[in-house]
Amino acid sequence: MSFWTDIPSLSRADLRDLKKGIDASFREFSKNYGEGIEAFFDPLYFFLVKLEKLLIAAPWPIILILVGGLAYLGSRSWKLALGSMLAFVVIGYFGMWKDMMATISLISVATIMCIAVGIPIGILMSRYNRVQSAITPILDLMQTIPIFVYLLPVVMLLGIGRVPGLIAVCVYAVPPVIRLTNLGIRLVDKETLEAADAFGSNYRQKLFSVQLPLALPNIFAGVNQTIMMALAMVVIASMIGVKGLGMPVLQSIQNQYLTLGLMNGLAIVALAIIFDRVSQKYGQRLQAHRYGADHE
Amino acid sequence: MVLIMSKPKLKITNLYKIFGDKGTSFVSSVRDGMTKQELLDKHNHVLGLNNINLSIPEQKVQVIMGLSGSGKSTLIRHINRLIEPTSGELFVDGENVLAMSQEQLREFRRKVTSMVFQKFALLPHKTVSQNVAYGLTIQGVKESIAKDQSHRWIDRVGLGGFEDRFPVQLSGGMQQRVGLARALATDAPILLMDEAFSALDPLIRTDMQNILLELQDELHKTIIFITHDLDEALRIGDNIAILRDGKVIQEGDPQNIIMNPADSYITDFIKDINRSRVIELRSVMDTKNKGTGDGLSHKMSLEEALPILNSSKTKSFSVVNEKNENLGSVNLDSAIKALARADNEEVAERYK
Repeated sequence: MSFWTDIPSLSRADLRDLKKGIDASFREFSKNYGEGIEAFFDPLYFFLVKLEKLLIAAPWPIILILVGGLAYLGSRSWKLALGSMLAFVVIGYFGMWKDMMATISLISVATIMCIAVGIPIGILMSRYNRVQSAITPILDLMQTIPIFVYLLPVVMLLGIGRVPGLIAVCVYAVPPVIRLTNLGIRLVDKETLEAADAFGSNYRQKLFSVQLPLALPNIFAGVNQTIMMALAMVVIASMIGVKGLGMPVLQSIQNQYLTLGLMNGLAIVALAIIFDRVSQKYGQRLQAHRYGADHE
Repeated sequence: MVLIMSKPKLKITNLYKIFGDKGTSFVSSVRDGMTKQELLDKHNHVLGLNNINLSIPEQKVQVIMGLSGSGKSTLIRHINRLIEPTSGELFVDGENVLAMSQEQLREFRRKVTSMVFQKFALLPHKTVSQNVAYGLTIQGVKESIAKDQSHRWIDRVGLGGFEDRFPVQLSGGMQQRVGLARALATDAPILLMDEAFSALDPLIRTDMQNILLELQDELHKTIIFITHDLDEALRIGDNIAILRDGKVIQEGDPQNIIMNPADSYITDFIKDINRSRVIELRSVMDTKNKGTGDGLSHKMSLEEALPILNSSKTKSFSVVNEKNENLGSVNLDSAIKALARADNEEVAERYK
């Protein structure tokens, strides 16, 4: 055994002990605190289940009208609104209505959570350089670490089901909204801020009347990305028991059901396109003042 | 000539600004004569302002002039502390601005000073009306009152009818009118104008100068006006301070600067101006020899006076002030002599 050919390493026994030790202490931790943490997330579970039940129980025409209405409000485009409604009808016609409602409720709750957590963190990052340099590597980690690596501890702590699925989705989907909130605020014109200062604005006034409104297009691009990434996680979330369009896809992989996989996969794509187009159009309208178009 | 100075609104004493992490430690060496270049080469710090002493009279237009990099924009930002000085003192109405807490400073910025910016710095997502009302909104003035106020000022700067437009829909000149209205809307007694008209084309600039002078006739604010344009400075300044490398090299009545430039830099600076239009009779009159007969106003420019002088028999007139008191006399010879450029000897040399 020469120094030059083999990199110095822990002995096999030491390494095994180390891994075992960490595993054991995490297991201990989840045994002791798992229930507490689960209880902490109970309101989330409750909300998620309620929304899902509500969406499934609601008569389908009402959902359709809602979808069309929201799509129109967001994009101000009849084409997009009618297209969305048509896509929903087709998905329902092929028997995926309930799964789609489950997926929509998951995505909606995940997006709301990401916005609620992400925007304040982004604001803090833009205000303090130290916070920015502390959080940026964490965001890098969240976006690059293989999903299964953090899926496991989440499952160990919270078991399988909707809430761990939701958390896994959020971990993956929240970085864009944080990053773009931070970036958007930092990109606000220095002179405009100076003017706000010169007239005696305090931090809150500056934040709410200058920085956030001017950063809104960027923040919204972040929200759009977050929605897309949440949708991309639907299949993986189904591996830990989240119902929805991801579940049949997973089954189709396990059982080689080509058509089942394709249909549900296409339904996810349709949802993604609708969410993306509507939110992008809405984001563009937020920038109307930049091009001199009429505001609202 | 007797110049009655109104009491100083603003007093700046021994103000230094050195940009860099350890600025404070270099103040004493700058005081002992270290130059800007030396400070930059040896210590990598930038000398922004070098021992500024200025007394700015109330209700007058104080112009601060200099080329880019002379520190004029830095200086004006010290007045409302958008930039903190490295050392020195700053008093407004006898109150020490540098001793103010953040809270007091905000109040000071809301009520005492207002500012107009070179690049307008309007809020692009707010309408003209909301922009003008911005200072009032910040102060927590009720929305309806703020709106009334803002519409009044929008009318005053000639933008009536544009209340609901967005800044991007307006031309540069119109945008700066919004900037001016925004600054006036808070009724602050001190108006800071940082190259406010420099970004506008010449005709619009003259327009804006007229608007400012008209408003000043009525409002009597203490205006601190930054510019790099000498014609503009002469046109609107009651008082001019010329800055170079962060130092005031000459300060005072514009007429005096033109008639008695302090050094070659200023001579160079003023050589291209239209002297006949700028120089007033009070600068060329002979105060010992009071003339007789009808008087010309002491504020009359040579351009206007020369034909009158030339066509008169005596080639001489008395000079009077607004109250028709005799101040002295002026004759054609002295008027023509005053037209000669300050670097005239050099030119004369060439034609020998």
